[in-house]
Amino acid sequence: MAPFVDIIIAALIVLGGAFALIGSWGLARLPNLMARLHGPTKATTLGVGCALIASAVYFSVHEGSASLHEFLITLFLFLTAPVSAHLLIKAALELDPSLRPPPPGAAAADATDNNAAHGDSREHDEHRRDRHHAPDLPGARG
Amino acid sequence: MLEGALAFGFAALGLALALNLWRLFKGPGVADRILALDTMVINVIGLIVLAGIAGGSGTSFEAALLLAMVGFVGTVAYAKFLLRGDIVE
Repeated sequence: MAPFVDIIIAALIVLGGAFALIGSWGLARLPNLMARLHGPTKATTLGVGCALIASAVYFSVHEGSASLHEFLITLFLFLTAPVSAHLLIKAALELDPSLRPPPPGAAAADATDNNAAHGDSREHDEHRRDRHHAPDLPGARG
Repeated sequence: MLEGALAFGFAALGLALALNLWRLFKGPGVADRILALDTMVINVIGLIVLAGIAGGSGTSFEAALLLAMVGFVGTVAYAKFLLRGDIVE
């Protein structure tokens, strides 16, 4: 095998392993669920992506013909990762509606209100949900 | 050089799986545990791909593709169960 191909494969494997480790470290260390959802996406796209590219290069060089079926896994993972993350966070919001962040238009006007209502979280949550479902938000279009 | 890179990759993915397992035990919510399981599937896919390179066999590709599909269906089933209380309505 040509040495530079060896170097490329080794670098891709190291990069893939490092990104997978960083993603899982983020999953273990980040403070709440919304933040934790970000960590594994790096492991999915960059970590496994690099490992699959390394595999494609390796088998293309070894078998002498282009080995492209690894990209099927990449394509499949890239298509399914957002879908599963969306379903997961929808289920988490259904279980615990207080996870839902305030809508962006109301955030600035609501800042002082937020601090004042911090003690009574249930009333604040209902308040927030009502505003979220309101059909015409003044700040939502901006 | 390839052997060293593969050893690093196996070590990194093994450590990543251990971190996922810690999150799976610690919780605190059900969604965290589902997320940890999903990430474990992703890391195992990477591990299978690296094992395919180390063993020089192209057949591990099918295992990785199957695991990707089964992992996705599993995550969707967990999320649907949380959302609806039922998987197939």
